[in-house]
Amino acid sequence: MIKRVAILGVLALFIALLLGRVAVPAPRSGPGPTGSAYIERSIPELGAQNVVTAIVVTWRGLDTLGEVSVLFLAAAGVALLLRTLGGGRGGNGPPRRDSSEILKTGADVVTPAIVYFGVYVFMGGHLTPGGGFQGGAVIASAVLLLLLAFPSYRLRHGILTAVESLSGAAYVAVGLAGLVLAAGFLDTRVLPLGIPGRIVSAGAIPLIYTLIGLKVGTELAAVIENLGGRR
Amino acid sequence: MTSLAMITGGLLMAVGFWGLLTRRNLIRMILCLALAETGLQVVMIAAGYVRRGTAPILDEAGRAAARFVDPVPQALVLTAIVIGVAVNALLLALVVRLYESRGSLDVEDHTELRW
Repeated sequence: MIKRVAILGVLALFIALLLGRVAVPAPRSGPGPTGSAYIERSIPELGAQNVVTAIVVTWRGLDTLGEVSVLFLAAAGVALLLRTLGGGRGGNGPPRRDSSEILKTGADVVTPAIVYFGVYVFMGGHLTPGGGFQGGAVIASAVLLLLLAFPSYRLRHGILTAVESLSGAAYVAVGLAGLVLAAGFLDTRVLPLGIPGRIVSAGAIPLIYTLIGLKVGTELAAVIENLGGRR
Repeated sequence: MTSLAMITGGLLMAVGFWGLLTRRNLIRMILCLALAETGLQVVMIAAGYVRRGTAPILDEAGRAAARFVDPVPQALVLTAIVIGVAVNALLLALVVRLYESRGSLDVEDHTELRW
């Protein structure tokens, strides 16, 4: 009884706090001062059409580096927790039925398209809505489809680890190059800005987002495989 | 539109917190945490909404073709989503391990850290 009252009290407090923001949504007529400054400077300073990408990769690049590190730590933690089990888990059930012909053929046809779309999403992050994290998630979804359609499918961990560590190291190297060639750590103006709208433009933003896309894709693929358990 | 998204996000958060406080199955608690995260992300995006604004994508000349929504909350939510995925994956892995060592998903069965 006391517990229920306490729960209701907490929820009521939360809703009351939230109502202050929700019930009176200030009708904004434009972005705030920070957002406006970012919108004005995105093309002249960085050559990036997508303002969100310019913020994420350059102006708040350190945040993104930390974010990538958190994702890496989580993937490493999942692997540490689940990979040391000695293969006992999930192995004692009845052998799984093979996937149907439709699922197999469909996965064969669709997987390259999904990977291609993921590459498109992370290569064009400075032009269109998209970016490394989104593209990486799309690529990981292709791996999930493969694991579902082919229960005996194994990821090659050597390649995954190599791609993941090399892209992470290259990301930091590009950031360090900013110290020498541009204004500071993770400054994307180490490469020429080029003409806005081209796929190779906006300095190092496409390069960094490609590296992030590869890193996130391989990390999420490893997480999916580990959470799927040994079969 | 703003208030609709705000209310939806707030409701999602409330449902998530309610589930965290009342459910006892660990996997359901993780799902409720994910629900609350999603609600928070919706609220943050709605907070940056500008009336009749579009996505902050400039044209080649750097002009704003239309009125833009605030890009800062969108960048923050992008980070929040990724961190949320990482936290959920790690929590699920911990629960898998816990289930293997104890054979129970009920939070009431794990009482060592209780006070």
